[in-house]
Order: sequence, then C-alpha cells, then structure tokens
Amino acid sequence: MITGTATPPASGVAVVRRPRRVRGLWLLVAALVLLAAMVGSVTIGSRDVDWSAVLGAVAGGVDGFDQAAVAKRIPRTLLAVVAGAALGVSGAVMQGVTRNPLADPGILGINLGASLAVVTGLAYFGLAAASTTIWVAIIGAGATAVFVYTVGSLGRGGATPLKLALAGAATSAALASVITAVVLPRGDIASSVRSWQIGGVGGATVVQLEQVLPFLVVGFLVCLLSARGLNSLALGDELAAGLGERVAIARGAAALGSVVLCGAATAVTGPIGFVGLVVPHACRLIVGVDHRWLLPFSAVVGAILLTVADVLGRIVARPAEIDVGIITALIGAPIFIAIVRRQKVSAL
Amino acid sequence: MTERQPVAAPGLGGRTPSTLDRVVGGRRGRRRRRVAVMTTLAALIVAVFLISLMVGNTFYPPSDVVRVVLGQDVPGASFTVGRLRLPRAVLAVIAGASFGLAGVTFQTMLRNPLASPDIIGISAGSSAAAAFAIVTLSLGATEVSVFAIVVGLAVAVLVYVLAYRGGVAGTRLILIGIGVAAMLDSVTTYILSRAAQWDLQEATRWLTGSLNGTSWSQVGPVVVALLVLGPVLLAQSRNLAATRLGDDTAAALGVRVDRTRLIVIVAAVGLIAFATAASGPIAFVAFLSGPIASRIVGRGGSMLMPAALVGALLVLVADLTGQYLLGARYPVGVVTGVLGAPFLIWLIIRTNRAGGSL
Repeated sequence: MITGTATPPASGVAVVRRPRRVRGLWLLVAALVLLAAMVGSVTIGSRDVDWSAVLGAVAGGVDGFDQAAVAKRIPRTLLAVVAGAALGVSGAVMQGVTRNPLADPGILGINLGASLAVVTGLAYFGLAAASTTIWVAIIGAGATAVFVYTVGSLGRGGATPLKLALAGAATSAALASVITAVVLPRGDIASSVRSWQIGGVGGATVVQLEQVLPFLVVGFLVCLLSARGLNSLALGDELAAGLGERVAIARGAAALGSVVLCGAATAVTGPIGFVGLVVPHACRLIVGVDHRWLLPFSAVVGAILLTVADVLGRIVARPAEIDVGIITALIGAPIFIAIVRRQKVSAL
Repeated sequence: MTERQPVAAPGLGGRTPSTLDRVVGGRRGRRRRRVAVMTTLAALIVAVFLISLMVGNTFYPPSDVVRVVLGQDVPGASFTVGRLRLPRAVLAVIAGASFGLAGVTFQTMLRNPLASPDIIGISAGSSAAAAFAIVTLSLGATEVSVFAIVVGLAVAVLVYVLAYRGGVAGTRLILIGIGVAAMLDSVTTYILSRAAQWDLQEATRWLTGSLNGTSWSQVGPVVVALLVLGPVLLAQSRNLAATRLGDDTAAALGVRVDRTRLIVIVAAVGLIAFATAASGPIAFVAFLSGPIASRIVGRGGSMLMPAALVGALLVLVADLTGQYLLGARYPVGVVTGVLGAPFLIWLIIRTNRAGGSL
C-alpha cells in the first residue's frame, strides 16, 4: 500500500511487508508445522499409540484400546485447530479494529461475556440445544464487546490501550464473579462450572464440531472480506475515509466477524485467553502488517498454538491433564507483559 | 499538624473572618467529621459483628452471644457461636482490616487508586503460594503464611522491576500487574486442578476468597500480623503522606524516602499475605476500602485507619449478605466481586470523563 520504493527496510525498522514468495513459503512452513502438531495431538497422551492404530482409527476403526483412544483424540484435535484459528483471527481483527496492541478476546473480557450468557441460559432459561447455545454465546460476546469498548473509549484520547485493557480487566472480574454467583447454587450445572471458568478442549465431540463449524466459517469469511478495510483503518479514520473507505461499516463488519468467531469458539471450549493476543503479534513479525496475509496466517498459527498447548497440557501433567486455557495464560501473560514494556508511556 | 490558637473570634467587630480563621475552622470541621465517621464505622462493625454471631440456622439472643464472647459456658451456643461463628466473624474483621490497610497503603504510595495489591497481582501471588503450600505440600498455618509473604514480596519486586524503565509509570505498572495477576491466577487454577479432584469450595477460596470453614487455628496468625504490622504502617502514615508530594520534596521535608518505602511495602505485603493465607484473596476489598474511606471521611489526613475500618465492615457485611440474604450461600469473595467490579468500572469511566491521566 504505502511501499512504492524498492529500498529494503533499514535494520531496526519494523517489517511492513515481505516479498510474496517469502510469505508464501512461511505459510507453507506453518501449515506443515500444524500438520505435525495435529499428528502429535492424536498420538501423544496418557496412552501412547503406534502408527497403525492411528491410521486404523482415522479410517474409522474402533478395534482395541489404542484405536479407541485415537478416536477420542481426533475430535479434540480438530476442535483445538478450529478454535485456535478462530481465536487467532478474532484477536488479529480486534487489534486492527481498535488499533490497539493489547486487544484480545480474553483480555477484553469478551470470552467471559460469552461464558456468562451461556451459563445464565443454562441456569435460568432451560437452554439445552447446542445450536442455541452458540447464538447465545455470540450475543453475550457482542454485548460485552460493545460495553468494554464504550467504557474504554470514553473521555479524552479515545480507546487507548490502557483504558481498553483496564475496562476489559474490570469487566472480566465482574463477569467472573457473576458466573460463579450464577452457577454455585445450581448443583445440577455446578459440575460443569469448571469448564466455564477454565477453557479446555478435552470433552470435544464430533456433534459439537458440526454445530459450531458453520458459525466459524461465516466468521472467517466476514473477517477475511474486511481485511482490506482493516488495512485502510490502520492509517487512521480520516485517511481511511479519504481513501474511500466507509469507516463505520468497515469497522462494524470486522468487529462483528471477530465477535462471531470468539463467541462461537467460547461456546464450545469455554474461555481461552491470550491466543488472540499472542498470535497476531508473532505473525506480524513474520508476514508484516498487511491484513490480507495477517489473517490467514493468524488462523494457522492460532491453530498451531492451541494444538501444541493442548498436547503440552497432556505431557506435563501425565497421567492427568492441564486444561489448555491454563497453558495459554502461562504462555501468553509474559508476552502481554513484554508488549506493555515495549510501549512508550505516552502511547498508553 | 501544629495546633494553632484561634487568632480572632469570628464576628469580632463585624469583621469578615480572615483566611486564617477559615483554614482553622475548616481543619477543625474536618477533624470533627473524621472522628464522627470513624466512631460510626467502629459502632457499625461492632453491631454487624454481633448480628453475625446471632443469626444462622439457630438464632441466639444477644445475651447468650455476649456471654459466649465473655467466655462463659452456654449450652449449645458455646459450640455454634464460640467455635463456628466467632472465628469466622473475627477473621472477617481482621482480614478486612488487613486488606483495607494494605490496599490504601499501596494506593497512596503509588498515587493511583488502581494500584491496589489485588489488581497488580500481589494478592494473586500470595494466593497461589498459599494454595500451593496447603493443597500440594499440606503445610501448617504458620509455614503457609511465610510462604505467602515471600511470594507476595517477590511478586511486588517483580512487578516493580518489570515496570521500571528509567522510572516507573503508574499506567505501565498497573498493566504489567494485570498480566502478572492473570498468570498467577492460572497457576492457582493449575495447582487446584492437580489436587485429587476439582473442589469448588477450595477453588472459590483461592480464586475469590471465602470464609467458609474458618477455625481458630487459621485466625491466630492473621491477628498477630495485624497487631504487629498495623501499628508499623500507622507509624509511617505521615512519611507516606509526604512521599505523595514526590520523592525530592519528601526528602527535603526530612523523610528518608527509600527507607519509608521499604518498610511500608514489606508491612503491607505482610498484611496481604497473612490475610490471604487464611481467607484467600477476598476480591476487591483492598481496592475498594481506600476510595470509599476517602469519600466518606473527606480530604485531608491519613486514610489508613478509616480504610481499615471500611475494609472490616465491608467483609463482615458481604459475608453476612452472601450467607443469608441471597437465597443460596455464596462465599464472601463472590459478593465483594459482584459489588466491587462495577465500582471499578465506574471509577474508570469517571477518570476517563474527567480526562485525568489514568
């Protein structure tokens, strides 16, 4: 967009764009890594299985313990992949929409908003059907996003990273308390409280995957279509308008796509934080800031991150497991701190 | 503050009161208000304390309760009130006061209401340490407190060091603290998930704070900590107020800034750690007490004592509310969390509106 010159960027200057060939190569590498992570995810666990069992199970066999174990791990792996991709893209879009390096569906409390909506539905409105759950989660996510953004953007300077992050942290704290308050007296759903406090992919089923997939596909498409708009928005609202972008529509559509993605993912996995924060930052280092590349790349890297985190959780705590939401927070929070440290005070 | 004789009686010779009169009068009025507010708070604490000893599954009249508190043997009430309700109510008061005192200390020192230990991760650190010591290592109360204070101090130092880049900006410190708190919370969750099974009661205790199942053995260390560290903090309150003016001004006023800061941080983290080891990090009490106290007391004077009273009252009332007024029994941290978070949001909105530097 801006780069018309052929001069290579001086060292120390952030990469704005890389040659198409390099980016394509990186995307290929990332896809291969993802494939390896998926293979690891179906083979590694409290019970190690050999190749023949994996191949047999993928072909649909359920003979013996090994194949049964693999058959349990396949939906789990697929859920980690799609949820990770959704959260990665959602975070990248949120950072683009708010022009805020600290935006993330977890940090802004949006995942917890989705959680609260689902929990309230389960406790008081007899919510049972899984497809309704996803709608409810998306509405909860959307309402929370609007609320946090409104609180964070009041006053001078608009939505600065500090104000947004604080509004998100305060909202998260409130939502977490209310979730506990809603669930505690309900013995019948209290057993599933844990999954609404800590995100995980352990209990995935094929049915869940089938139900959430349409929402994710729609979310991905909306986000990808708004990639160009996000590039314009990155220049500032005035410049974007000057380039012929309808700022409000572009921003609204992108935000909607991102909310659908994180809401739908949360409806199945529970709140998983920091994926949407870490992934876009890592991807920007590799492919630059062009959202048309950044978003697909964030999807692949998000899928890698969540799959690997899930496998790690199974290895570290053998024979038990650590929920993937705990692992992502442990990986993500230091990176959040590093990003805060890099910011200038005036920018906060 | 040096006492000054009122120089001119107001209305002398029909003269309008001088500036000095107004200053003296204003100061006297503030002091009067302060004493009145603190007396009211103390009376409320005593009242709610007694109520929380009386009500429950069985109601005991005030006479029985007072006799039990005085150490007499009353059939039935001695066990229910003396062993179940009394330690719980005492811990509510002591932990609340500890959180309030430590919270307002940090807020004063860092000159930012958001910089309270429960927001910048110190409570989360103490809580993770206490959970580890109790759930994983099965240590006793004293060791747990030591563990919690060491980790709490380490977190305080860590957040400070991470936020230091040629000076500490309040905003950076708060954001980094939020990140550290998120990480420590997930450590706590991990520790709890490694325990035999997910115990919701344990989990709420270490994540949001709870007074359920309080026994006298837990209360002892917290009382001692408050009796030792509370006076230390109160003794430093004037120096602390001076550091608000900036390090150079405070040094010029004769305050040994670094020494004051070290004493204050160790004492405040100690209070947090001991209270957290017993009750868990009761959500937002440290954050709320200071701002509430300064609202009702008004400006001027040290906020330490009023904040301690507000903290104690807050935890007592929240525990009573959570236990009896809401249909189901909620741990105290859930109640203070639901109450405190909107206040935090309101504070953010108000500060944003005012265009102040958050």
